[in-house]
Amino acid sequence: MSVLAAEAWRRLRTGKAMGALWVTALILAFTLLGPLLNPNGIEAIDWSHVASSPSLTGAHWFGTDRLGRDLFARTLEGTRVSLAVGLLASAVSLVFGIGYGAVAGYAGGRTDHLMMRIIETLSGLPLIFFVIFMTVLFGRNEYVLFGSIGAVGWLTMARIVRGQTMSVRRREFIEAAVVGGARSGRIIWRHIVPNVIGPVIAYATLTVPQIIMLESFLSFLGLGIQEPHASLGTLIAEGAGEMEAAPWMLLIPGAFLAALLVALNVLGDALRDALDTGDA
Amino acid sequence: MLRYFLIRLAGAIPTLFAVVTIAFFLVHAAPGGPFDQEQTLTPEIQANLQRAYGLDQPIWTQYTRYVAGLARGNFGPSFKYKDFSVTELIADGFPVTLELGTLAMALALAMGVPLGTWAALRRDSVGDHATMALSVAGIAVPSFVLLPFLGLVFGIRLHWLPVAGWEPLSVAHLLLPVVALTLPPLGVITRLTRANMLEVLRSPYIRTARAKGLSLRAILLRHALRPALLPVASYLAPAAASIMTGSLVVESIAGLPGIGRYMVQGALNRDYTLVLGMVVIYSTLLIVLGLLVDLLYAWLDPRVRLHA
Repeated sequence: MSVLAAEAWRRLRTGKAMGALWVTALILAFTLLGPLLNPNGIEAIDWSHVASSPSLTGAHWFGTDRLGRDLFARTLEGTRVSLAVGLLASAVSLVFGIGYGAVAGYAGGRTDHLMMRIIETLSGLPLIFFVIFMTVLFGRNEYVLFGSIGAVGWLTMARIVRGQTMSVRRREFIEAAVVGGARSGRIIWRHIVPNVIGPVIAYATLTVPQIIMLESFLSFLGLGIQEPHASLGTLIAEGAGEMEAAPWMLLIPGAFLAALLVALNVLGDALRDALDTGDA
Repeated sequence: MLRYFLIRLAGAIPTLFAVVTIAFFLVHAAPGGPFDQEQTLTPEIQANLQRAYGLDQPIWTQYTRYVAGLARGNFGPSFKYKDFSVTELIADGFPVTLELGTLAMALALAMGVPLGTWAALRRDSVGDHATMALSVAGIAVPSFVLLPFLGLVFGIRLHWLPVAGWEPLSVAHLLLPVVALTLPPLGVITRLTRANMLEVLRSPYIRTARAKGLSLRAILLRHALRPALLPVASYLAPAAASIMTGSLVVESIAGLPGIGRYMVQGALNRDYTLVLGMVVIYSTLLIVLGLLVDLLYAWLDPRVRLHA
Protein backbone atom coordinates (compact mmCIF):
# COMPACT_ATOMS: atom_id res chain seq x y z
CA MET A 1 0.00 0.00 0.00
CA SER A 2 2.76 2.42 0.90
CA VAL A 3 4.43 1.60 -2.42
CA LEU A 4 1.15 2.28 -4.19
CA ALA A 5 0.67 5.51 -2.28
CA ALA A 6 4.18 6.63 -3.16
CA GLU A 7 3.55 5.78 -6.79
CA ALA A 8 0.28 7.71 -6.75
CA TRP A 9 2.01 10.69 -5.16
CA ARG A 10 4.76 10.57 -7.79
CA ARG A 11 2.16 10.63 -10.55
CA LEU A 12 0.29 13.43 -8.85
CA ARG A 13 3.37 15.62 -8.77
CA THR A 14 2.97 16.82 -12.32
CA GLY A 15 3.00 20.54 -12.95
CA LYS A 16 -0.73 20.92 -13.53
CA ALA A 17 -1.85 19.03 -10.44
CA MET A 18 0.58 20.84 -8.19
CA GLY A 19 -0.53 24.17 -9.64
CA ALA A 20 -4.14 23.27 -8.91
CA LEU A 21 -3.20 22.14 -5.41
CA TRP A 22 -1.47 25.47 -4.77
CA VAL A 23 -4.40 27.50 -6.05
CA THR A 24 -6.82 25.51 -3.89
CA ALA A 25 -4.59 25.84 -0.84
CA LEU A 26 -4.16 29.55 -1.47
CA ILE A 27 -7.92 30.14 -1.72
CA LEU A 28 -8.49 28.03 1.38
CA ALA A 29 -5.84 29.90 3.37
CA PHE A 30 -7.21 33.19 2.11
CA THR A 31 -10.76 32.44 3.21
CA LEU A 32 -9.61 31.23 6.62
CA LEU A 33 -6.99 33.88 7.37
CA GLY A 34 -8.55 36.80 5.49
CA PRO A 35 -10.91 37.86 8.28
CA LEU A 36 -7.92 38.37 10.59
CA LEU A 37 -6.48 40.95 8.21
CA ASN A 38 -9.69 42.78 7.60
CA PRO A 39 -11.66 44.60 10.31
CA ASN A 40 -14.86 44.88 8.25
CA GLY A 41 -17.78 42.63 9.13
CA ILE A 42 -20.06 40.78 6.73
CA GLU A 43 -23.17 42.75 7.56
CA ALA A 44 -21.60 46.02 8.72
CA ILE A 45 -22.76 48.96 6.61
CA ASP A 46 -20.33 51.76 5.82
CA TRP A 47 -22.50 54.73 4.89
CA SER A 48 -19.56 56.79 3.71
CA HIS A 49 -18.57 54.17 1.14
CA VAL A 50 -21.58 52.95 -0.81
CA ALA A 51 -20.73 51.06 -4.01
CA SER A 52 -17.16 52.30 -3.87
CA SER A 53 -14.61 50.70 -6.17
CA PRO A 54 -11.82 48.40 -5.01
CA SER A 55 -8.69 50.03 -3.65
CA LEU A 56 -5.81 48.36 -1.90
CA THR A 57 -4.97 51.49 0.06
CA GLY A 58 -8.52 52.29 1.17
CA ALA A 59 -10.73 50.76 3.84
CA HIS A 60 -12.36 48.29 1.44
CA TRP A 61 -9.91 46.26 -0.60
CA PHE A 62 -12.51 44.74 -2.89
CA GLY A 63 -14.84 47.76 -2.74
CA THR A 64 -18.36 47.73 -1.33
CA ASP A 65 -21.82 46.79 -2.60
CA ARG A 66 -24.83 49.07 -2.93
CA LEU A 67 -25.59 48.79 0.76
CA GLY A 68 -22.05 49.76 1.69
CA ARG A 69 -21.11 46.28 2.85
CA ASP A 70 -17.48 45.28 2.52
CA LEU A 71 -16.98 43.04 -0.51
CA PHE A 72 -13.73 41.56 0.76
CA ALA A 73 -15.46 40.19 3.84
CA ARG A 74 -18.46 39.05 1.81
CA THR A 75 -16.39 37.34 -0.88
CA LEU A 76 -14.46 35.42 1.77
CA GLU A 77 -17.69 34.46 3.52
CA GLY A 78 -19.18 33.41 0.18
CA THR A 79 -16.19 31.26 -0.73
CA ARG A 80 -16.26 29.66 2.72
CA VAL A 81 -19.97 28.88 2.46
CA SER A 82 -19.65 27.52 -1.08
CA LEU A 83 -16.74 25.29 -0.06
CA ALA A 84 -18.58 24.08 3.03
CA VAL A 85 -21.71 23.22 1.04
CA GLY A 86 -19.56 21.48 -1.58
CA LEU A 87 -17.80 19.33 1.00
CA LEU A 88 -20.88 18.50 3.08
CA ALA A 89 -23.12 17.67 0.14
CA SER A 90 -20.32 15.55 -1.37
CA ALA A 91 -20.17 13.69 1.94
CA VAL A 92 -23.93 13.10 1.78
CA SER A 93 -23.70 11.76 -1.76
CA LEU A 94 -20.70 9.66 -0.76
CA VAL A 95 -22.61 7.97 2.07
CA PHE A 96 -25.69 7.37 -0.09
CA GLY A 97 -23.63 6.16 -3.04
CA ILE A 98 -21.49 3.77 -1.01
CA GLY A 99 -24.50 2.26 0.72
CA TYR A 100 -26.52 1.76 -2.44
CA GLY A 101 -23.65 0.77 -4.71
CA ALA A 102 -22.11 -1.70 -2.30
CA VAL A 103 -25.43 -3.43 -1.65
CA ALA A 104 -26.25 -3.65 -5.38
CA GLY A 105 -22.79 -4.88 -6.31
CA TYR A 106 -22.64 -7.42 -3.50
CA ALA A 107 -26.18 -8.76 -3.93
CA GLY A 108 -25.82 -9.19 -7.69
CA GLY A 109 -28.45 -10.93 -9.80
CA ARG A 110 -31.97 -9.60 -9.90
CA THR A 111 -31.57 -7.24 -6.95
CA ASP A 112 -28.60 -5.63 -8.68
CA HIS A 113 -30.46 -5.46 -11.97
CA LEU A 114 -33.46 -3.75 -10.38
CA MET A 115 -31.35 -1.32 -8.37
CA MET A 116 -29.37 -0.34 -11.45
CA ARG A 117 -32.55 0.15 -13.48
CA ILE A 118 -33.72 2.61 -10.84
CA ILE A 119 -30.44 4.52 -11.14
CA GLU A 120 -30.66 4.52 -14.93
CA THR A 121 -34.21 5.85 -14.85
CA LEU A 122 -33.32 8.55 -12.34
CA SER A 123 -30.28 9.71 -14.32
CA GLY A 124 -32.45 10.11 -17.39
CA LEU A 125 -34.56 12.75 -15.63
CA PRO A 126 -34.00 16.47 -15.16
CA LEU A 127 -33.10 16.09 -11.49
CA ILE A 128 -32.24 19.75 -11.14
CA PHE A 129 -36.00 20.30 -11.14
CA PHE A 130 -36.35 18.18 -8.07
CA VAL A 131 -33.64 20.14 -6.32
CA ILE A 132 -35.45 23.35 -7.25
CA PHE A 133 -38.70 21.84 -5.96
CA MET A 134 -37.22 20.79 -2.68
CA THR A 135 -35.50 24.11 -2.03
CA VAL A 136 -38.51 26.21 -3.03
CA LEU A 137 -41.15 24.09 -1.39
CA PHE A 138 -39.53 22.96 1.83
CA GLY A 139 -37.98 26.13 3.09
CA ARG A 140 -34.74 27.59 1.94
CA ASN A 141 -32.41 26.45 4.65
CA GLU A 142 -28.98 24.89 4.48
CA TYR A 143 -30.08 21.41 5.50
CA VAL A 144 -32.60 21.11 2.67
CA LEU A 145 -29.88 22.39 0.35
CA PHE A 146 -27.28 19.81 1.48
CA GLY A 147 -29.85 17.03 1.49
CA SER A 148 -31.35 17.70 -1.93
CA ILE A 149 -28.04 18.36 -3.68
CA GLY A 150 -26.47 15.32 -2.08
CA ALA A 151 -29.49 13.22 -2.99
CA VAL A 152 -28.91 14.07 -6.65
CA GLY A 153 -25.14 13.64 -6.58
CA TRP A 154 -25.16 10.05 -5.34
CA LEU A 155 -26.25 8.46 -8.62
CA THR A 156 -22.86 8.42 -10.34
CA MET A 157 -21.19 7.61 -7.03
CA ALA A 158 -23.40 4.52 -6.61
CA ARG A 159 -22.47 3.32 -10.10
CA ILE A 160 -18.76 3.62 -9.39
CA VAL A 161 -19.05 1.90 -6.01
CA ARG A 162 -21.03 -0.92 -7.58
CA GLY A 163 -18.42 -1.46 -10.26
CA GLN A 164 -15.65 -1.57 -7.68
CA THR A 165 -17.67 -3.88 -5.44
CA MET A 166 -18.27 -6.36 -8.25
CA SER A 167 -14.52 -6.65 -8.80
CA VAL A 168 -13.79 -7.19 -5.10
CA ARG A 169 -16.68 -9.53 -4.46
CA ARG A 170 -15.17 -12.61 -6.12
CA ARG A 171 -11.91 -12.42 -4.18
CA GLU A 172 -10.86 -15.16 -1.78
CA PHE A 173 -11.07 -13.07 1.37
CA ILE A 174 -14.76 -12.49 0.78
CA GLU A 175 -15.25 -16.19 0.29
CA ALA A 176 -13.35 -16.77 3.54
CA ALA A 177 -15.65 -14.36 5.35
CA VAL A 178 -18.71 -16.15 3.96
CA VAL A 179 -17.31 -19.51 5.03
CA GLY A 180 -16.54 -18.02 8.43
CA GLY A 181 -20.27 -17.35 8.81
CA ALA A 182 -20.25 -13.55 8.57
CA ARG A 183 -23.58 -11.97 7.67
CA SER A 184 -23.91 -9.98 4.43
CA GLY A 185 -24.20 -6.65 6.22
CA ARG A 186 -21.00 -7.28 8.09
CA ILE A 187 -19.16 -8.42 4.95
CA ILE A 188 -20.20 -5.30 3.09
CA TRP A 189 -19.25 -2.99 5.93
CA ARG A 190 -16.02 -4.64 7.10
CA HIS A 191 -14.63 -6.14 3.91
CA ILE A 192 -16.13 -4.52 0.83
CA VAL A 193 -16.32 -0.85 1.77
CA PRO A 194 -12.71 -0.50 3.04
CA ASN A 195 -11.48 -2.08 -0.17
CA VAL A 196 -13.35 0.15 -2.59
CA ILE A 197 -12.92 3.42 -0.76
CA GLY A 198 -9.73 4.61 -2.52
CA PRO A 199 -10.99 5.17 -6.07
CA VAL A 200 -14.31 6.32 -4.67
CA ILE A 201 -12.66 9.11 -2.70
CA ALA A 202 -10.82 10.14 -5.87
CA TYR A 203 -14.13 10.46 -7.66
CA ALA A 204 -15.58 12.36 -4.72
CA THR A 205 -12.94 15.05 -5.31
CA LEU A 206 -14.55 15.63 -8.68
CA THR A 207 -18.05 15.90 -7.22
CA VAL A 208 -17.01 18.79 -4.96
CA PRO A 209 -16.68 21.32 -7.81
CA GLN A 210 -19.85 19.98 -9.44
CA ILE A 211 -21.75 20.53 -6.24
CA ILE A 212 -20.25 23.97 -5.69
CA MET A 213 -21.46 24.84 -9.18
CA LEU A 214 -24.94 23.51 -8.44
CA GLU A 215 -25.10 25.39 -5.15
CA SER A 216 -24.05 28.68 -6.77
CA PHE A 217 -26.59 28.04 -9.49
CA LEU A 218 -29.36 27.68 -6.92
CA SER A 219 -28.12 30.66 -4.91
CA PHE A 220 -27.97 32.66 -8.13
CA LEU A 221 -31.65 31.89 -8.65
CA GLY A 222 -32.33 33.03 -5.08
CA LEU A 223 -33.09 29.51 -3.88
CA GLY A 224 -29.92 28.69 -1.98
CA ILE A 225 -28.14 30.68 0.68
CA GLN A 226 -30.24 33.58 1.96
CA GLU A 227 -29.37 37.13 3.03
CA PRO A 228 -27.56 38.38 5.04
CA HIS A 229 -25.37 35.33 4.43
CA ALA A 230 -23.60 35.10 1.14
CA SER A 231 -22.35 32.38 -1.16
CA LEU A 232 -20.46 33.00 -4.38
CA GLY A 233 -23.70 32.44 -6.27
CA THR A 234 -25.63 35.16 -4.43
CA LEU A 235 -22.71 37.59 -4.82
CA ILE A 236 -22.55 36.91 -8.55
CA ALA A 237 -26.31 37.41 -8.84
CA GLU A 238 -26.04 40.78 -7.06
CA GLY A 239 -23.03 41.70 -9.17
CA ALA A 240 -24.76 40.80 -12.42
CA GLY A 241 -27.50 43.28 -11.54
CA GLU A 242 -25.01 46.06 -10.89
CA MET A 243 -22.45 45.36 -13.56
CA GLU A 244 -22.95 48.60 -15.43
CA ALA A 245 -22.17 50.83 -12.45
CA ALA A 246 -20.06 48.50 -10.34
CA PRO A 247 -18.42 45.80 -12.50
CA TRP A 248 -16.14 44.69 -9.65
CA MET A 249 -19.16 43.30 -7.84
CA LEU A 250 -19.47 40.74 -10.64
CA LEU A 251 -15.81 40.27 -11.52
CA ILE A 252 -14.35 39.58 -8.07
CA PRO A 253 -16.72 36.81 -6.90
CA GLY A 254 -16.87 35.49 -10.48
CA ALA A 255 -13.08 35.19 -10.57
CA PHE A 256 -13.06 33.43 -7.19
CA LEU A 257 -15.66 30.91 -8.30
CA ALA A 258 -13.95 30.31 -11.64
CA ALA A 259 -10.51 29.85 -10.04
CA LEU A 260 -11.89 27.51 -7.39
CA LEU A 261 -13.81 25.39 -9.89
CA VAL A 262 -10.95 25.13 -12.39
CA ALA A 263 -8.48 24.21 -9.62
CA LEU A 264 -10.74 21.57 -8.07
CA ASN A 265 -11.56 20.06 -11.46
CA VAL A 266 -7.89 19.78 -12.46
CA LEU A 267 -7.03 18.38 -9.04
CA GLY A 268 -9.83 15.82 -9.17
CA ASP A 269 -8.81 14.70 -12.68
CA ALA A 270 -5.19 14.32 -11.61
CA LEU A 271 -6.14 12.46 -8.44
CA ARG A 272 -8.31 10.06 -10.40
CA ASP A 273 -5.53 9.40 -12.91
CA ALA A 274 -2.99 8.95 -10.13
CA LEU A 275 -5.12 6.48 -8.15
CA ASP A 276 -6.27 4.62 -11.23
CA THR A 277 -3.90 1.70 -10.68
CA GLY A 278 -6.10 -0.75 -12.50
CA ASP A 279 -6.33 -2.76 -9.29
CA ALA A 280 -8.69 -2.25 -6.38
CA MET B 1 -35.43 -0.62 -35.94
CA LEU B 2 -38.91 0.91 -35.97
CA ARG B 3 -40.20 -1.92 -33.79
CA TYR B 4 -37.39 -1.31 -31.31
CA PHE B 5 -38.13 2.39 -31.29
CA LEU B 6 -41.83 1.88 -30.61
CA ILE B 7 -41.26 -0.67 -27.85
CA ARG B 8 -38.80 1.62 -26.11
CA LEU B 9 -41.16 4.55 -26.51
CA ALA B 10 -43.95 2.56 -24.89
CA GLY B 11 -41.53 1.64 -22.11
CA ALA B 12 -40.98 5.32 -21.41
CA ILE B 13 -44.64 5.85 -20.50
CA PRO B 14 -44.49 4.19 -17.05
CA THR B 15 -41.36 6.20 -16.27
CA LEU B 16 -43.08 9.41 -17.24
CA PHE B 17 -46.13 8.39 -15.24
CA ALA B 18 -43.98 7.80 -12.16
CA VAL B 19 -42.32 11.18 -12.61
CA VAL B 20 -45.66 12.97 -12.88
CA THR B 21 -46.98 11.17 -9.81
CA ILE B 22 -43.96 11.97 -7.65
CA ALA B 23 -43.88 15.58 -8.85
CA PHE B 24 -47.63 16.00 -8.29
CA PHE B 25 -47.57 14.84 -4.69
CA LEU B 26 -44.33 16.70 -3.94
CA VAL B 27 -45.82 19.97 -5.14
CA HIS B 28 -49.05 19.43 -3.24
CA ALA B 29 -47.28 18.30 -0.08
CA ALA B 30 -45.45 21.61 0.14
CA PRO B 31 -46.72 24.23 2.55
CA GLY B 32 -48.60 27.15 0.98
CA GLY B 33 -51.02 27.35 -1.92
CA PRO B 34 -51.34 29.31 -5.15
CA PHE B 35 -53.71 31.96 -3.75
CA ASP B 36 -52.02 32.58 -0.40
CA GLN B 37 -50.22 35.74 -1.44
CA GLU B 38 -53.36 37.54 -2.53
CA GLN B 39 -54.13 38.77 0.96
CA THR B 40 -56.88 41.14 -0.05
CA LEU B 41 -59.17 38.23 -0.85
CA THR B 42 -62.00 37.54 1.53
CA PRO B 43 -62.36 33.94 2.69
CA GLU B 44 -65.43 33.51 0.47
CA ILE B 45 -63.54 34.55 -2.66
CA GLN B 46 -60.63 32.34 -1.62
CA ALA B 47 -63.01 29.43 -1.33
CA ASN B 48 -64.59 30.22 -4.69
CA LEU B 49 -61.18 30.40 -6.35
CA GLN B 50 -60.23 27.09 -4.79
CA ARG B 51 -63.44 25.58 -6.10
CA ALA B 52 -63.03 27.06 -9.58
CA TYR B 53 -59.66 25.38 -9.95
CA GLY B 54 -60.80 22.17 -8.28
CA LEU B 55 -58.46 22.67 -5.33
CA ASP B 56 -61.25 21.99 -2.82
CA GLN B 57 -61.48 18.38 -4.00
CA PRO B 58 -59.63 15.60 -2.21
CA ILE B 59 -56.07 15.30 -3.45
CA TRP B 60 -56.78 11.91 -4.98
CA THR B 61 -59.56 13.36 -7.17
CA GLN B 62 -57.29 16.23 -8.19
CA TYR B 63 -54.62 13.74 -9.13
CA THR B 64 -56.84 11.52 -11.27
CA ARG B 65 -58.30 14.60 -12.97
CA TYR B 66 -54.85 15.96 -13.73
CA VAL B 67 -53.55 12.69 -15.13
CA ALA B 68 -56.73 12.21 -17.19
CA GLY B 69 -56.27 15.70 -18.62
CA LEU B 70 -52.62 15.04 -19.31
CA ALA B 71 -53.45 11.86 -21.23
CA ARG B 72 -55.51 14.03 -23.57
CA GLY B 73 -52.68 16.53 -23.91
CA ASN B 74 -54.28 19.10 -21.61
CA PHE B 75 -51.90 20.62 -19.07
CA GLY B 76 -54.66 22.53 -17.26
CA PRO B 77 -55.02 26.25 -16.50
CA SER B 78 -52.18 28.29 -15.01
CA PHE B 79 -52.98 29.53 -11.49
CA LYS B 80 -50.92 32.70 -11.72
CA TYR B 81 -51.06 33.70 -15.36
CA LYS B 82 -54.82 34.01 -15.32
CA ASP B 83 -56.66 33.44 -18.60
CA PHE B 84 -53.75 31.39 -19.91
CA SER B 85 -53.59 27.63 -20.03
CA VAL B 86 -50.26 25.99 -19.33
CA THR B 87 -50.37 24.60 -22.86
CA GLU B 88 -50.55 28.15 -24.27
CA LEU B 89 -47.73 29.41 -22.05
CA ILE B 90 -45.47 26.54 -23.02
CA ALA B 91 -46.42 26.77 -26.70
CA ASP B 92 -45.49 30.49 -26.66
CA GLY B 93 -42.13 30.11 -24.98
CA PHE B 94 -40.97 26.73 -26.16
CA PRO B 95 -39.79 27.74 -29.67
CA VAL B 96 -37.38 30.27 -28.14
CA THR B 97 -35.97 27.75 -25.67
CA LEU B 98 -35.74 25.11 -28.36
CA GLU B 99 -33.92 27.45 -30.73
CA LEU B 100 -31.45 28.41 -28.02
CA GLY B 101 -30.82 24.82 -26.95
CA THR B 102 -30.56 23.40 -30.47
CA LEU B 103 -28.12 26.10 -31.53
CA ALA B 104 -25.96 25.51 -28.45
CA MET B 105 -25.93 21.76 -28.94
CA ALA B 106 -25.22 22.02 -32.67
CA LEU B 107 -22.39 24.48 -32.10
CA ALA B 108 -20.85 22.39 -29.33
CA LEU B 109 -20.81 19.34 -31.62
CA ALA B 110 -19.73 21.17 -34.77
CA MET B 111 -16.80 22.78 -32.96
CA GLY B 112 -15.94 20.19 -30.31
CA VAL B 113 -15.38 17.21 -32.60
CA PRO B 114 -12.98 18.93 -35.06
CA LEU B 115 -11.22 20.70 -32.20
CA GLY B 116 -10.73 17.47 -30.25
CA THR B 117 -9.50 15.65 -33.36
CA TRP B 118 -7.09 18.46 -34.16
CA ALA B 119 -5.74 18.45 -30.60
CA ALA B 120 -5.28 14.66 -30.75
CA LEU B 121 -3.33 14.89 -34.01
CA ARG B 122 -1.05 17.55 -32.55
CA ARG B 123 -0.66 15.89 -29.20
CA ASP B 124 1.49 17.80 -26.69
CA SER B 125 1.89 20.78 -29.00
CA VAL B 126 1.16 24.29 -27.77
CA GLY B 127 -2.16 24.20 -29.61
CA ASP B 128 -3.14 20.97 -27.85
CA HIS B 129 -2.33 22.35 -24.41
CA ALA B 130 -4.14 25.60 -25.12
CA THR B 131 -7.23 23.72 -26.33
CA MET B 132 -7.25 21.51 -23.25
CA ALA B 133 -6.79 24.46 -20.90
CA LEU B 134 -9.67 26.28 -22.59
CA SER B 135 -11.92 23.25 -22.39
CA VAL B 136 -11.26 22.82 -18.66
CA ALA B 137 -12.15 26.48 -18.22
CA GLY B 138 -15.27 25.95 -20.33
CA ILE B 139 -16.33 23.02 -18.15
CA ALA B 140 -15.55 24.77 -14.89
CA VAL B 141 -16.95 28.26 -15.44
CA PRO B 142 -20.74 28.16 -15.17
CA SER B 143 -22.90 29.95 -17.73
CA PHE B 144 -24.35 32.32 -15.14
CA VAL B 145 -20.86 33.72 -14.55
CA LEU B 146 -19.90 33.69 -18.21
CA LEU B 147 -23.00 35.40 -19.59
CA PRO B 148 -22.93 38.52 -17.38
CA PHE B 149 -19.20 38.73 -18.04
CA LEU B 150 -19.67 38.54 -21.80
CA GLY B 151 -22.46 41.12 -21.50
CA LEU B 152 -20.12 43.40 -19.58
CA VAL B 153 -17.34 43.13 -22.17
CA PHE B 154 -19.25 43.02 -25.46
CA GLY B 155 -22.37 44.89 -24.44
CA ILE B 156 -21.52 47.56 -21.91
CA ARG B 157 -17.84 48.24 -22.72
CA LEU B 158 -17.58 47.61 -26.45
CA HIS B 159 -21.22 48.25 -27.43
CA TRP B 160 -21.04 45.52 -30.04
CA LEU B 161 -23.99 43.46 -28.90
CA PRO B 162 -27.14 44.00 -26.86
CA VAL B 163 -26.76 42.97 -23.19
CA ALA B 164 -30.27 41.54 -22.96
CA GLY B 165 -33.58 41.49 -24.73
CA TRP B 166 -35.12 39.63 -27.57
CA GLU B 167 -36.26 40.26 -31.10
CA PRO B 168 -37.51 37.55 -33.41
CA LEU B 169 -34.86 36.37 -35.90
CA SER B 170 -32.20 38.63 -34.42
CA VAL B 171 -28.80 36.93 -34.35
CA ALA B 172 -27.26 39.68 -32.22
CA HIS B 173 -29.67 39.06 -29.35
CA LEU B 174 -29.08 35.33 -29.37
CA LEU B 175 -25.31 35.34 -29.77
CA LEU B 176 -24.17 35.84 -26.18
CA PRO B 177 -26.72 33.47 -24.58
CA VAL B 178 -25.86 30.78 -27.13
CA VAL B 179 -22.13 31.20 -26.50
CA ALA B 180 -22.66 30.97 -22.74
CA LEU B 181 -24.69 27.78 -23.14
CA THR B 182 -22.32 26.25 -25.69
CA LEU B 183 -19.02 26.46 -23.81
CA PRO B 184 -19.61 23.86 -21.05
CA PRO B 185 -20.71 21.02 -23.40
CA LEU B 186 -18.11 22.18 -25.94
CA GLY B 187 -15.37 21.64 -23.35
CA VAL B 188 -16.57 18.14 -22.52
CA ILE B 189 -17.01 17.13 -26.17
CA THR B 190 -13.55 18.40 -27.10
CA ARG B 191 -11.95 16.44 -24.25
CA LEU B 192 -13.90 13.28 -25.00
CA THR B 193 -13.10 13.41 -28.72
CA ARG B 194 -9.41 14.03 -28.08
CA ALA B 195 -9.05 11.22 -25.55
CA ASN B 196 -10.81 8.65 -27.73
CA MET B 197 -9.20 9.79 -30.94
CA LEU B 198 -5.79 9.25 -29.32
CA GLU B 199 -6.79 5.72 -28.39
CA VAL B 200 -8.27 4.89 -31.79
CA LEU B 201 -5.28 6.31 -33.68
CA ARG B 202 -3.02 3.90 -31.77
CA SER B 203 -4.96 0.81 -32.82
CA PRO B 204 -3.57 -1.69 -35.36
CA TYR B 205 -6.17 -1.15 -38.07
CA ILE B 206 -5.25 2.51 -38.29
CA ARG B 207 -1.60 1.51 -38.64
CA THR B 208 -2.64 -0.83 -41.46
CA ALA B 209 -4.53 1.99 -43.16
CA ARG B 210 -1.46 4.18 -42.85
CA ALA B 211 0.78 1.45 -44.21
CA LYS B 212 -1.50 1.14 -47.21
CA GLY B 213 -0.77 4.78 -47.91
CA LEU B 214 -4.19 6.26 -47.24
CA SER B 215 -4.33 9.99 -46.82
CA LEU B 216 -4.82 11.39 -43.33
CA ARG B 217 -8.20 12.71 -44.40
CA ALA B 218 -9.38 9.31 -45.54
CA ILE B 219 -8.07 7.62 -42.38
CA LEU B 220 -9.88 10.08 -40.16
CA LEU B 221 -13.16 10.20 -42.01
CA ARG B 222 -13.45 6.58 -43.09
CA HIS B 223 -11.86 4.74 -40.19
CA ALA B 224 -11.16 6.74 -37.05
CA LEU B 225 -14.08 9.09 -36.58
CA ARG B 226 -16.89 6.62 -36.06
CA PRO B 227 -15.40 4.64 -33.17
CA ALA B 228 -13.94 7.79 -31.64
CA LEU B 229 -17.39 9.36 -31.52
CA LEU B 230 -19.01 6.63 -29.41
CA PRO B 231 -18.39 8.25 -26.00
CA VAL B 232 -19.44 11.59 -27.46
CA ALA B 233 -22.75 10.01 -28.47
CA SER B 234 -23.39 8.72 -24.97
CA TYR B 235 -22.61 12.18 -23.60
CA LEU B 236 -25.36 13.80 -25.69
CA ALA B 237 -28.16 13.15 -23.19
CA PRO B 238 -26.26 14.60 -20.20
CA ALA B 239 -25.25 17.49 -22.49
CA ALA B 240 -28.89 18.19 -23.28
CA ALA B 241 -29.70 18.09 -19.56
CA SER B 242 -26.92 20.58 -18.82
CA ILE B 243 -28.10 22.91 -21.60
CA MET B 244 -31.67 22.73 -20.26
CA THR B 245 -30.45 23.55 -16.77
CA GLY B 246 -28.31 26.37 -18.10
CA SER B 247 -31.23 27.79 -20.05
CA LEU B 248 -33.12 28.31 -16.77
CA VAL B 249 -30.67 31.06 -15.79
CA VAL B 250 -29.47 32.16 -19.20
CA GLU B 251 -32.98 33.05 -20.31
CA SER B 252 -33.60 35.12 -17.21
CA ILE B 253 -30.24 36.93 -17.43
CA ALA B 254 -30.64 37.69 -21.12
CA GLY B 255 -34.36 38.45 -20.86
CA LEU B 256 -35.39 35.85 -23.41
CA PRO B 257 -39.08 34.89 -23.53
CA GLY B 258 -38.50 31.13 -23.32
CA ILE B 259 -39.99 28.63 -20.88
CA GLY B 260 -36.93 28.47 -18.61
CA ARG B 261 -38.21 31.19 -16.30
CA TYR B 262 -41.50 29.35 -15.67
CA MET B 263 -39.80 26.64 -13.68
CA VAL B 264 -38.52 28.79 -10.81
CA GLN B 265 -41.34 31.32 -11.06
CA GLY B 266 -43.94 28.59 -11.08
CA ALA B 267 -42.44 26.85 -8.07
CA LEU B 268 -42.21 30.12 -6.12
CA ASN B 269 -45.82 31.00 -6.97
CA ARG B 270 -47.09 27.49 -6.18
CA ASP B 271 -48.43 27.49 -9.72
CA TYR B 272 -48.91 23.71 -9.55
CA THR B 273 -50.00 23.08 -13.11
CA LEU B 274 -47.27 25.23 -14.66
CA VAL B 275 -44.50 23.50 -12.70
CA LEU B 276 -45.88 20.06 -13.48
CA GLY B 277 -46.19 21.00 -17.15
CA MET B 278 -42.53 22.00 -17.20
CA VAL B 279 -41.48 18.76 -15.55
CA VAL B 280 -43.50 16.75 -18.08
CA ILE B 281 -42.04 18.65 -21.05
CA TYR B 282 -38.41 18.44 -19.93
CA SER B 283 -38.66 14.81 -18.82
CA THR B 284 -40.26 13.80 -22.12
CA LEU B 285 -37.57 15.64 -24.05
CA LEU B 286 -34.81 13.92 -22.12
CA ILE B 287 -36.37 10.48 -22.42
CA VAL B 288 -36.92 10.80 -26.18
CA LEU B 289 -33.41 12.16 -26.59
CA GLY B 290 -31.98 9.23 -24.64
CA LEU B 291 -33.79 6.93 -27.02
CA LEU B 292 -32.44 8.72 -30.09
CA VAL B 293 -28.95 8.53 -28.63
CA ASP B 294 -29.31 4.75 -28.30
CA LEU B 295 -30.28 4.54 -31.98
CA LEU B 296 -27.34 6.74 -32.93
CA TYR B 297 -25.07 4.56 -30.84
CA ALA B 298 -26.21 1.44 -32.68
CA TRP B 299 -25.58 3.16 -35.99
CA LEU B 300 -22.08 4.25 -34.98
CA ASP B 301 -21.11 0.90 -33.51
CA PRO B 302 -22.13 -2.10 -35.61
CA ARG B 303 -21.34 -4.44 -32.69
CA VAL B 304 -24.31 -3.06 -30.78
CA ARG B 305 -27.49 -5.02 -31.48
CA LEU B 306 -30.76 -3.48 -30.52
CA HIS B 307 -33.17 -5.74 -28.75
CA ALA B 308 -35.96 -4.61 -26.55
